[in-house]
Order: sequence, then structure tokens, then C-alpha cells
Amino acid sequence: MRMRRSIWFWLQLAFTLCVCAFLIVPVVLSMLAGVTQNYFIGLSSGLTTQWVVKVWNDYRAPVLLSMQIAAACLACNLVLGIPAAYVLAKRQNAFTRAIEELLVMPVAVPGIATALALIVTYGSAGGFRTHWTFILVGHVLFTLPFMVRSVLAVMMSIDLTTLEEGARSLGANFVQRFFGVILPNCRAGIVAGALMVVTLSLGEFNMTLLLHTPLTQTLPVGLADTYASLRLEVGSAYTLVFFVIIIPLLIAMQWASNVASRARSV
Amino acid sequence: MRERTLLIALMLPAGIVFAAFFLLPLAQLVVIGGSGKLGWAAYAEVFSGTHYLMSFAQTIALSAAVTLFTLAVSGIAGVFLERNRFPGHSVLTAMLTLPLAFPGVVIGFMVIMLAGRQGLIPDITDKLFGERLVFAYSMAGLFMGYVYFSIPRTILTVMAAAEKLDPRLEEAARSLGAGPLRVVRDVMLPALKPAFLAAGAICFATAMGAFGTAFTLATRINVVPMVIYTEFTLQANVAMAAALSFVLGAITWAALAFARSLTGSSVAAAG
Repeated sequence: MRMRRSIWFWLQLAFTLCVCAFLIVPVVLSMLAGVTQNYFIGLSSGLTTQWVVKVWNDYRAPVLLSMQIAAACLACNLVLGIPAAYVLAKRQNAFTRAIEELLVMPVAVPGIATALALIVTYGSAGGFRTHWTFILVGHVLFTLPFMVRSVLAVMMSIDLTTLEEGARSLGANFVQRFFGVILPNCRAGIVAGALMVVTLSLGEFNMTLLLHTPLTQTLPVGLADTYASLRLEVGSAYTLVFFVIIIPLLIAMQWASNVASRARSV
Repeated sequence: MRERTLLIALMLPAGIVFAAFFLLPLAQLVVIGGSGKLGWAAYAEVFSGTHYLMSFAQTIALSAAVTLFTLAVSGIAGVFLERNRFPGHSVLTAMLTLPLAFPGVVIGFMVIMLAGRQGLIPDITDKLFGERLVFAYSMAGLFMGYVYFSIPRTILTVMAAAEKLDPRLEEAARSLGAGPLRVVRDVMLPALKPAFLAAGAICFATAMGAFGTAFTLATRINVVPMVIYTEFTLQANVAMAAALSFVLGAITWAALAFARSLTGSSVAAAG
């Protein structure tokens, strides 16, 4: 059946395309600016990799530190988040709901407030303040709710009790059940949560600006630095580096959440 | 009984980290807020000092305007995308949600690319009217940036809610003689209202706490997170920064609690 599209369809399509252009055009522009000889003159000034090379030479350390923090943050989330999600899935009562509510608080409270709270409490603990794990703590707090919720959503949709009973009746102890039955069944939720955690950690700025020290500069803090003090091409080249890292993750995330929601709806 | 011990043991690592690095510091923040030269009056100062009150008023006004605008835009685009299938549909949806996890600093830079000194919009107005319209560093630029990061967040919620709309109700309304605008106003909007309120509250809370965008644009507009940053780094007024942070946190938390109360247990029962 082929329906003739009404005028309303085309108007709404045009509107939606405008919204899309608003979001995507600046991304494309900044990517182009990052490889343009002189953005003020335009593309006719020629393409160059000199800005990207400059960024890589000057800002390699923050980029690598951000990756290190994101990886460590993911590890912490797996160790802390999955068991917590399991408990929340097994017991549904006022107490666990209160825990869930509390866990989401670091997302509800602005990052700058959490960072300030961490600094006034642990800022004087010399070695810790200047160590990269100080930033890690902030990132773990901020990302944990996303991992817990993602895993919890999958756990709630599968029949956890029956699966566990089955394994138990076959003689599996808790460790065997957890690693052999529960984790494989929550794969979709864990993958979706993990991608979210890594993406958020790589881009976290609101907390990190206060938590970082000159020796523990992260990728987004470096970005703010180039935006404020260097020419547009360098800022663009650095943004290009960031996009090259983050956009594949974002696309993978969309794919993973589609898989997870399909798994849930079955 | 044994299972209970096990569950407690599993919750313990997350619980300890959370208590030590979030609850305790937050409590400390409240205390520090009352320990400056103003004492506990610092909290009163937040609401009586013109400087801070103005900043809160501006931030709330900006966030509210951003929320309303975003809801209108995402509402139209979200319902449209959910209702119609056409070639390129999934690519369009993916592009609209792509900036979901862009950090605020990068979004500030996107505004500079569009409306900054070497931006696209000044280039266009230059060609059309012979004048470069640069507004990235004003309230309009800030508004643009906040809308930029709010759209991807709200559009997903709207699409999920639009999926549950019953097209038969609209058909019934149409067959009874209602025009397109009446169908939207009397049938679709009431059904979408809970989703709009929830998405709006999240949008509002995010805008209130947003920092990176304002930081990159370095405007003279003092949104609350910028004031906190200035108090802390430039004025070294930790107590005032703490008091402001606490009040800001309370506002955003309340907005989100409101959103969750509307969606009810739908988060826990996402199945």
C-alpha cells in the first residue's frame, strides 16, 4: 500500500532535517577546520595535517590519561556495578529502591558540586589529590548509575529466579551460577552499560576541571585549554581527535542499546 | 538467611565506595558551606545577596526557556520520526541522538563554529546583509548551546512515548471532524504529557548544572556553575562555593525527583 504523503509530512520532514543540520553541521565544520591550512581563508588555503600533528605532540599525555581513566573506570564499574545490580534485581523493596535512588544522586547533583565536595573532604590528602585516581573516583561515582541501570534492566526482563533454580538443582554453587549463568544472560546490558561508561568518562568535564591538577590533565580539560588560548584550527584539530575516539563509541552504543531492547522485548 | 548475607556482601563494595566518596563528602560540603566568615548565614546570603540571586534567576530563566524550546522541537521531530518510515529514517534518528554524550566544552565549541567570529552564521549574514552577526558569546549563544545538548536527550524520550500512542484515537477524532491542530492539542498532547513533563524536568536539571558550555563560551552571563567556579578558584571563597553548590544540587535533585515520580516505577520495570 503506497500512500500519498501529505503536505504535513513534507513540512515535518523539512523541520526534522533542519534540526539534524543544526546538530551535525558544526561537527562537520569543526572536522574540516581541523585539517584546513587557514580556516579564515577557507578550504582553498589547502588541506594539512600539521594541526593534528601539533595536537598529538602537545596533548598526547591528556589523551592517553583519559583513556587510562576510562579503562580503570570501566573496571571499577564492572566490579561494583554488576553485583549491586544483581542485589537490586533480587530484592525489590523499599530499602533497595532507596539504594537505587541514592546511587543515581551523583548524576542529579551537578558535577561541579560533587567535585567541590570531594576536594573539601580529600583535597588535603597530599598524594591522593595530585594522583590520577582522584579523578577516577569522580568518574566512577558519575558513571555507576548508568552501568547499574543498564544491567538491572536486562536482569529484570529475564527470569533470574528460574535460571538460578535450574543451575542450582544441577549442583552449581553461587560462583558457578553467577559467572556461568547470570553474567552470560546479562551480556547485552553489560555491553551497553560498558560503552556508556567509557563514553561518559572520556568526555567528563564538569567534575574533572576542578579535580585535575596540572600533571593530571585529561582530554576534555585539554580541549578547553586549546579553545581558550590557541587558534581555531588547533582547537578544531583537537576536537577532531576527540571525535575520532568518541563517535565510533557512540555508534556502537546505539547499536548495543538496540540489541539490548530487542533482547528485552523478546 | 545465608542468601541475605550473600546479597549484603555483594552490595558492600559499591556501598562503601559510595558512602566514602559521595555521602561523606556531600555532608562535608554542607558543613563547609556554613564555616566561612559568614557562618551558616552563607546559605541565607545565597538568597539575599543580589549577585547570587540574580545568577540563580538568570540560570533558572535560561534553563526554563531552553526546556520549553527543546520540548517543542523534540516533540515535533520525535513524533514525526516515530510515526513515519522512509528511506534514511534510521540514519536520521542516529544523527539526531549522536551528540548525546558530547561534553559541554565541545558543545560550546560547536556554538563557536556556528556563531563565533569565524562562524557559519556570521558568514551567511555577511553575504545576505553585509553584516557579521556574531552571537556565540552572548545569552543567545548560551541558549543555542543548551538547546544543542538537550535535543538528543529529549528526542529519545518523546519517541518512546509516541510509540505508545494509539493512532485509532486520532483517527476517531479525525472522523468526528477534528482538524490536524485539534488532534494534536486534544488527543496527542494530553497522552504525551507525562513523557513531556519527565523529559522537561531532566532537561531543566541538566541545563541548571551545565558548566562546560558556559566555560568555553566565557560569556559575561553568570550561570550558577560559573559563579561557583569563580568563587572557588579566583575568590578562594570555599564556603560560599560550597553553599552555592549545595543549593544548586538541591534544585536539580528536586527537579529529577519530580521527573521520576511522574514516570513512576517505569525505570525499575523497563521490561
